[in-house]
Amino acid sequence: MVADDLADANMFDVVRVGRQRLIGEVIEMRGDKASIQVYEETAGLGPGDEVVTTGAPLSVELGPGLIETIYDGIQRPLEDIMKIGGEVIDRGVEVPSLDRTKKWAFEPCVQKDEEVEAGDILGIVKETVSVEHRVMVPNGVKGKVKEIKSGEFTVEEIVCVLEDGDGKTTELSMLQRWPVRIGRPYKEKKEYEDSTEPIITGQRVIDTFFPLAKGGTAAVPGPFGSGKTVVQHQLAKWSNVDIVIYIGCGERGNEMTDVLREFPELKDPRNGESLMKRTVLIANTSDMPVAAREASIYTGITIAEYFRDMGYDVAVIADSTSRWAEALREMSGRLEEMPGEEGYPAYLTSRLAQFYERAGQVYTLGNENLMGTQKREGSISAIGAVSPPGGDISEPVSQATMRIVKVFWALDSSLAYRRHFPAINWLNSYSLYLGRVSEWLDSNQCPGFSNVRQRAMTILQDENKLEEIVRLVGVDSLPPSDRLTLEVARHIREDFLQQNAFTDVDSFTDFDRQFKHLNIILLYEELSAPIVERIDMDKLFNIPALEALGRAKYIPVEAYEKEYNKIEEDIREQISSLERGALA
Amino acid sequence: MMREYRTIQEVAGPLMLVRDVENVTYDELGEIELPSGERRRCKVLEINGSDVLVQLFESTAGINLRDSKVRFFGHSLELSVSGDMLGRVFDGMGQPTDGGPDILPEAKRDINGLPMNPAARDYPNEFIQTGISAIDGLNTLVRGQKLPIFSGSGLPHANLAAQIASQAKVLSADSNFAVVFAAIGITFEEADFFRTEFERTGAIDRTVLFINLASDPAIERIATPRMALTAAEYLAFDKDMHVLVILTDITNYAEALREVSAARKEVPGRRGYPGYLYTDLATMYERAGRRVGKNGSITMIPILSMPEDDKTHPIPDLTGYITEGQIILSRELDRKGLRPPVDVLPSLSRLKDKGIGKGKTREDHADTMNQLFAAYARGKECKELMTVLGEAALTETDKKYAKFADEFENTYVHQNSGGAKEYTNRPVVETDGVKGTLEIGWDLLTILPKAELKRVKPELIDKYYPNGEQG
Repeated sequence: MVADDLADANMFDVVRVGRQRLIGEVIEMRGDKASIQVYEETAGLGPGDEVVTTGAPLSVELGPGLIETIYDGIQRPLEDIMKIGGEVIDRGVEVPSLDRTKKWAFEPCVQKDEEVEAGDILGIVKETVSVEHRVMVPNGVKGKVKEIKSGEFTVEEIVCVLEDGDGKTTELSMLQRWPVRIGRPYKEKKEYEDSTEPIITGQRVIDTFFPLAKGGTAAVPGPFGSGKTVVQHQLAKWSNVDIVIYIGCGERGNEMTDVLREFPELKDPRNGESLMKRTVLIANTSDMPVAAREASIYTGITIAEYFRDMGYDVAVIADSTSRWAEALREMSGRLEEMPGEEGYPAYLTSRLAQFYERAGQVYTLGNENLMGTQKREGSISAIGAVSPPGGDISEPVSQATMRIVKVFWALDSSLAYRRHFPAINWLNSYSLYLGRVSEWLDSNQCPGFSNVRQRAMTILQDENKLEEIVRLVGVDSLPPSDRLTLEVARHIREDFLQQNAFTDVDSFTDFDRQFKHLNIILLYEELSAPIVERIDMDKLFNIPALEALGRAKYIPVEAYEKEYNKIEEDIREQISSLERGALA
Repeated sequence: MMREYRTIQEVAGPLMLVRDVENVTYDELGEIELPSGERRRCKVLEINGSDVLVQLFESTAGINLRDSKVRFFGHSLELSVSGDMLGRVFDGMGQPTDGGPDILPEAKRDINGLPMNPAARDYPNEFIQTGISAIDGLNTLVRGQKLPIFSGSGLPHANLAAQIASQAKVLSADSNFAVVFAAIGITFEEADFFRTEFERTGAIDRTVLFINLASDPAIERIATPRMALTAAEYLAFDKDMHVLVILTDITNYAEALREVSAARKEVPGRRGYPGYLYTDLATMYERAGRRVGKNGSITMIPILSMPEDDKTHPIPDLTGYITEGQIILSRELDRKGLRPPVDVLPSLSRLKDKGIGKGKTREDHADTMNQLFAAYARGKECKELMTVLGEAALTETDKKYAKFADEFENTYVHQNSGGAKEYTNRPVVETDGVKGTLEIGWDLLTILPKAELKRVKPELIDKYYPNGEQG
């Protein structure tokens, strides 16, 4: 859409178009003509309709009230839209992003006459039981506290007045705005060597084999039906981060509904509170306008950065970045830009990289000495789903993503057909954080982790080679030691890697339990290896303790330690009795 | 007053350029009057200053640049909807073709609809019994789901769809049930098959048919599914009915879209389909669902034939990314004579877990389903091994799995005892002497050693494992 006489608008300013006041953005300017991308369905617009610029780029509102809300791609709260317009989204609806009437209990952390600068925490608001909202001095503001209030306020009411050296005063409320396409500033990124702590997701294949470090980036590519969305949901549910931003970008409406209905019911394993109490949802489903889909990713990551600046660990989960790239392609097509690969614009890779680069572990802005705190640290971990057409990851979006991210969880449709879930292929996936994370685990939580992980991985790789031989000559012609490898690999696959997201116990496994579980399987291998040549293989592969091991993942959390010890003892005992039998 | 324009500048393919037009808006509906007095409908695609690009819904034959007139109506394409639409037949543009009276509109609706607010969606979780074991038992359909059938030319997808439409029911309660059927560019024969089937089973009285045949203008096909969905939305959310929408064949729809895109000289995406095919399909498919506070629902079964049986072709591929699963028909099973030839392994219903289990079907449903899937997958692998290496190379357990796979296909998937056209209407749980889907599943599982049933909870094995009398 082209508008005349818009010389006073800036690039990327938000405009309102026509009688319905549709929301749009200036994306091209020639003389006083501006091309406008409208974020909503354009039916009913025509020449002569008025275009009004708001004079500001697309921004999000930041302040108490973000958590537990479901927004569309341009931060309009969907629940409020529903109250106004019913079950469908009418065009041009205007709703404030944050509730203007709700009062929040503001508790100041600074005192009168204290010097504060951007990023300093003025006070806290208990936003939900899980999240303490830290109200910060907005960027570009500093000075001496002239007045600070305490009590109940709405987001727009003044809670603090600052006075700078020249005697100029600035009034601050709890609400700030930030343009979504610009990353929020921080002091510095944490050094590579220092960011080693993994995110525990409770998913065995991820935590043990392909871990994600705090502040890391990961991609989950896979054809449809391979369980991408379930993996994303699991990460959103169980990751041990403080805040989760879930962006449903161009995906199914019912999936967002599922999140909306299910999250409030689920308990955060860390504090027993509802998971919704730490979640912000952004839903721009596939039937909602394409332009808002493009914006949704930025809206999400900007909100994430805001919480990061408070000193939280945030996970941004975007499902799916392919739909976002398609939105980019559609808009680029409309602008008649010269297409790059497969019709995607030439700037696809740089835009993707910019998005993922906003993740990371940082030292935030703010005075270090205030409130006796150390350097404040926050992190954003970004996890993006990729939906390659036909499951073929040679297409541009997958390739561009693989060049950027450090963890790659390759979903495999043949595993999915066998109902091996999560269908993360252990041979194609990788994690570049593995070295750092293993070191951290070895020295902090699980001594010996890296050896155990390596041993299990070797067995799985050997299995792959052996299977090719089996396909040619049959399993009978393998020597007993190889048969054992196949058997152990099967236990790793079926008992350990497979994890049922839909059962309560198995949905989340804490790290110690994972480690113990894998150790038992490897213990079986260790004990069997020296004797497998001498004794009846059928008996060895079918000792009763193995069946118990197969069901071990369904043992309730309270009882697992005892039960696992028992399985371990049983394996020792049953193998040694087999050994005695063979000798006798 | 409606203005008439005689300024048609050019006509190319289904597109037409009109000069010096004032006060029209995007997507507005128009009408072209030919010198002969014939009228054809069109809609506004693009406006550039006073030049307007319009897309015709019918052929351009006979349009004369000098003498034809164009009028614009000031609103976009609308459908007159009414509860009386049930039992009626319409053409692809929503005009009655069964000789009956015109519909007295209770309301007029824009056929493009509006996106449903995700916060206002209600999660689909009511089990629909279709009487087809491969669907009920393994790829369960639930109310408000969109579950396409991926088929190929020559496969009996029409039979499957017609049968689901006539025998689908919800276990809990009897309620207002309606079928909206949109034929998109299919042959007369196929359309007639559906009509006769609906008449035969008595479903016709609660069915609305929109028929665009292969001989009708291709461009009309872009409107046909939207007409059907607009009618379905009215019946579901204004009249509280549970509507099953069948769209066949989506491949024809996508081709019509490609035709318009090519005429507009847009940058093509994969295989010449426009880059916005995903979004376009999504705006249709996502109209299925349930809404908070409304009794009705829209369940959608789009049928598409995969060119060359290729699942990675853009149309099935993009559809699979939007819909909540897919039912895939297999040529191999069809050759074996299995009816319906549902290939259960790549088929999937994403919403099944919410629609089954205690209180909905039976507590053992989920576990046995996973066990059957896993066992069938392993059985098929064993059979492949057997063809390469011979039966002797398999272990005892593997032989049992191979046997299981054969039996599974023959007794579980195959259910053609009701004549050539019809599959047995098989309930999920045993009733009236008919073997229920779950029972057949248990019977099949007895082929395997009990210790192999790792995916079923021990207490469920104790409760449901058939004792002695094996089927």
